Amino acid sequence: MTAATLPLPSPAAARNRATAEPAYVRWLLIGLALAFLGVFLLVPLAAVFTEALRKGVETYFAALTEPDAVAAIRLTLLVAAIAVPANLVFGVAAAWAIAKFDFHGKSVLITLIDLPFAVSPVIAGLIYVLLFGAQGWLGPWLQAHDIRILFAVPGIVLATIFVTFPFVARELIPLMQAQGTEEEEAARVLGASGWQMFRRVTLPNIKWGLLYGVILCNARAMGEFGAVSVVSGHVRGLTNTTPLHVEILYNEYNFAAAFAVASLLASLALVTLLLKSLVEWKTRRELALAAEVSSERPA
Amino acid sequence: MTAAAHHTAPAPAAPPRLVRGGEQGFFSRALRAHSASVLPGFGLAFGYTILYLSLIVLIPLSATFFKSAGLGWDAFWATITAPRVLASLRLSFGASLAAALINAVFGLLVAWVLVRYRFIGRRVCDALVDLPFALPTAVAGIALTAVYAGNGWLGQHLEPLGIKVAFTPLGVVVALTFIGLPFVVRTVQPVLEDLEPELEEAAATLGANRLQTFQRIILPAVWPALLTGFTLAFARAVGEYGSVIFIAGNMPMVSEITPLLIIIKLEQYDYAGATSVAVLMLVISFALLLLINLLQCWSSRRMGQTRG
Repeated sequence: MTAATLPLPSPAAARNRATAEPAYVRWLLIGLALAFLGVFLLVPLAAVFTEALRKGVETYFAALTEPDAVAAIRLTLLVAAIAVPANLVFGVAAAWAIAKFDFHGKSVLITLIDLPFAVSPVIAGLIYVLLFGAQGWLGPWLQAHDIRILFAVPGIVLATIFVTFPFVARELIPLMQAQGTEEEEAARVLGASGWQMFRRVTLPNIKWGLLYGVILCNARAMGEFGAVSVVSGHVRGLTNTTPLHVEILYNEYNFAAAFAVASLLASLALVTLLLKSLVEWKTRRELALAAEVSSERPA
Repeated sequence: MTAAAHHTAPAPAAPPRLVRGGEQGFFSRALRAHSASVLPGFGLAFGYTILYLSLIVLIPLSATFFKSAGLGWDAFWATITAPRVLASLRLSFGASLAAALINAVFGLLVAWVLVRYRFIGRRVCDALVDLPFALPTAVAGIALTAVYAGNGWLGQHLEPLGIKVAFTPLGVVVALTFIGLPFVVRTVQPVLEDLEPELEEAAATLGANRLQTFQRIILPAVWPALLTGFTLAFARAVGEYGSVIFIAGNMPMVSEITPLLIIIKLEQYDYAGATSVAVLMLVISFALLLLINLLQCWSSRRMGQTRG
């Protein structure tokens, strides 16, 4: 960049011109991308809310406050309240073992944790039917002891845990691997107990990654359809989650009510995206701040 | 891992048996690693991980394989080669392939536009890309059906052109495109962000135009990520259920996907049939998972090379 004698207007401008597309190509590409996102994402999203309000606000709220809808929403909240903390605890434990210690077979373990993402939701439901169903391995024993898992809340919870299994762990493993073990080792050397070290050092370091995983896990837990559909048995007011309630209303040609309940789930998705963007913004800022601090420090 | 490698590296003369360790089992070797560290909780965390993983995932999954092993090969083969099953497999894999191809092309385009250009609403678009991850599949299904049905916002303009989307195999492709949309964008985006501008500047200096630079510099760099995203989208589409069943019409032999067929067999109490089809799909899914892992290895090695 010492070639100041060149008669170019500005080196930066010349560089931009050389590695940028002409304006018309740029706008064409932006237009195409926006059209694709518009047709596939924005139009369906807008359709949910329009269809929900087609028959007026009164029908909309009637569909949301009807007893079966309330029961479905309550069940969805209950299932998420069990499944998300369960996978949260597992995610932290798995990430702690994998990221902070060395052992053989680590990559195999990581692949196994990712396994549920590779399995079709329908098959996720089916495996519990084969295990707990009347013809399944544990079916006769469960019947003899009058324990209901399938076509009841425990089955729905299990299927939901299965499909949301990797979310927290796969978010935390790379994060904790990148952070290394020095800070925790320092805490231990300075006399912190295991719990103190975890609460004061590890948890503050991973809080945003943890939150990110929980947000995604929760969205999937509340919205899961295929796996839950197989194990639920569709008993109205008892084993119907919110997405299953949408299906039943839709199949009864009660479209306004179906879309009203669906709009609730779509709002949940929008809140999820908003929170997710906030967390991403927050982590980027903290990374930038950390980089600033370390560059100010003498090497 | 790199820290450990660093500590053991400056001992090239050390006898190999010290590095390799004895022929111990998985658990004892894993536990020995713990004793070398001052950090607590390895036994508890590792044990809980293995227990939870086994109870929720491994035991139920292997139960399925044992169940199908009890059927015998002939019954298994007869089930998965029945015409209705074959038709559903053709639809599931064909539509997933078409959707993944659409997503590869448009996902690359969207990633490119989001990384390289600045325009109003870019951040909103960036956040919206993840909508298929966040929106429950049943909601996506009924929304797409409403949009593409004969009287829907897009369907009413497509139908006069002779294009029927809802309740045809084309509808299946649309739903699977929606479901797979974020995968390619999110795998290609970070690679494009990390691409060094010097490479493109060098190409420009050497007389390449933008199209040549794209073909020779940018596309080879993002190729592994693009392929990974494509495979992820394909794998997700093959197993998808919720968003498809509303728009597909579910006519046997025509627009019936394989996951739906599993459910139909279950509802007919044909547990053996459902298990056979499920095992076939599981085997294919695991092969795809293996492929994705290999692709990611290749991708990260390529990235390492361009950086180094």
